[in-house]
Amino acid sequence: MTHPDDTPAEIVVKRFLYVNRKAPHGTIYALEELEMVLIAAMFEQDVHLAFLDDGVFQIKKNQKPAELALKDFSKTYGALEDYGVEKIYVEKESIEERGLTPDDFIIPTTVLRRDDMSALMESMDVVLTA
Amino acid sequence: MDYVIMVNEGPYNHQASDSAYHFATHALDKGHSIRRIFFYYDGVLNGTKFSAPQSDDRNIVKRWAALAEDHPVDLAICVAAGLRRGITDDSLADGFRITGLGEFIESCIDAERTVVFGD
Repeated sequence: MTHPDDTPAEIVVKRFLYVNRKAPHGTIYALEELEMVLIAAMFEQDVHLAFLDDGVFQIKKNQKPAELALKDFSKTYGALEDYGVEKIYVEKESIEERGLTPDDFIIPTTVLRRDDMSALMESMDVVLTA
Repeated sequence: MDYVIMVNEGPYNHQASDSAYHFATHALDKGHSIRRIFFYYDGVLNGTKFSAPQSDDRNIVKRWAALAEDHPVDLAICVAAGLRRGITDDSLADGFRITGLGEFIESCIDAERTVVFGD
């Protein structure tokens, strides 16, 4: 008789991509996507984050949402490294269209051209966008 | 194919939950399985028992519940997103249950494909 509970289950590791497309404030998408990423980081999965369109503003330095009585969660992006989330990508066209450079960001990022961002998405098992 | 579906927008306000529903019914009709439909962001409002649409319109909340009655589909509402929007055990419609994001991530790992319906 076998005892399945004695055998360590094989851990499935999938490639997850969290795509952030919305500005940090104005809608709740950025905050709740970040909350999802923090939960997801507790699973032993291959986590990637991508910022494109207005989503690139989520990781911009010097946000002051408190002046609008909004929660400042931008510092949490800086803690992602502590959660083992280090594969962070921004889309080159999106940052250029908005006059930003990687120096404007709270966290180190890898800049990808739009074509390469498509390829990154194609390589994923699970893509969660907001 | 074994799916998990994510619904990220509220009912009536946005077509995402309609699209998700039609996708789900057609997938099931074709013999696919859906292990979980997870409601997040304003999508949690798909599970309020206080929704009372006009009688000549579709009833989105009850339509989900009927789907879960006919098929082994888990209608799961995110607890954190629900609390923000007043979805608790006291306001939860029949057929739904409240759970955490962790269960959603688990189902993404276990299912063959994750499909997101949102803005």
